Amino acid sequence: MSESRTRPRIAVVVFPGSNDDGDAVLALERLGADAFPVWHGEPDLPAADAVVLPGGFSYGDYLRCGAIARFAPVMGAVTSFAGEGGLVLGICNGFQVLCEAGLLPGTLRPNASLSFVCRDVDVVVERADTPFTTRAEQGQCLTMPIKHGEGCYFADDELLAELEATRQIALRYADNPNGSVADVAGVVNADGTVFGLMPHPEHAVDPLLGPSGGALVLGSLVDAARERTFAPA
Amino acid sequence: MRATVLVRPKPGILDPQGEAVQSSLRHLGFAVEEARVGRVVDLELEGEDPERARAELERMCQQLLANPLIESFEISVAAE
Repeated sequence: MSESRTRPRIAVVVFPGSNDDGDAVLALERLGADAFPVWHGEPDLPAADAVVLPGGFSYGDYLRCGAIARFAPVMGAVTSFAGEGGLVLGICNGFQVLCEAGLLPGTLRPNASLSFVCRDVDVVVERADTPFTTRAEQGQCLTMPIKHGEGCYFADDELLAELEATRQIALRYADNPNGSVADVAGVVNADGTVFGLMPHPEHAVDPLLGPSGGALVLGSLVDAARERTFAPA
Repeated sequence: MRATVLVRPKPGILDPQGEAVQSSLRHLGFAVEEARVGRVVDLELEGEDPERARAELERMCQQLLANPLIESFEISVAAE
């Protein structure tokens, strides 16, 4: 087996208005994956071991963030992939798309301050046992940038109680920047195979450029995708 | 056939935009206790059957125009 075959293949979906897809590809490549872009208009996904929905402003954030992107042709394939237990990561706008698509619980609303927030934040790892967080430790504080106007996570009391009981809140803000309920920064689905977060791990992988907490998140994903693909059956 | 959909933040849902509007109106001297900001979607539909249009609009709201988790909607079909 050639060396490149040990690199898991990770698809990064590009919507009109995505703008962090390039950084996501570069970060995943650097962390050991073969990452490649997939245009939203594709009806099928090429063979992939994981899928990333990147940040940006898909379809200009018209109507509600992610509301239109969820109907993009490729989303049918992403939903099927997730339904089969495939690993799907949504970052910022990607998180909003996953919520609108019903692949993750809850929704994201305009920040309580109504201001666009762009700065580094600390998030606490609540779950270190998901495919997206194994390189981190439970309780560990990761620093990553946020840059969003609509990152205020909302779930009603009943849903929130359920998410707490099932431990689906994987990341919480140390200091809530946007009014999210229960300081939620990232949630996983019930199986732990779909993960969405507002902070940007793809912008925080190189210590030369600032905090590198994101490398633990994306590195965990690369590890998990590699294990799934190359582990002996 | 013309139809209008009103989408509102559900009661109890924090509406920072409404709060900002309320506070601005108070600054202008208006005695406003609360403001909530929603969205209006005006549509021109094919066909002439109001019952059918209403059913279609209901589905449009459920699928796209509103997020039932945080928003309520109200449909009106213009009688002509």
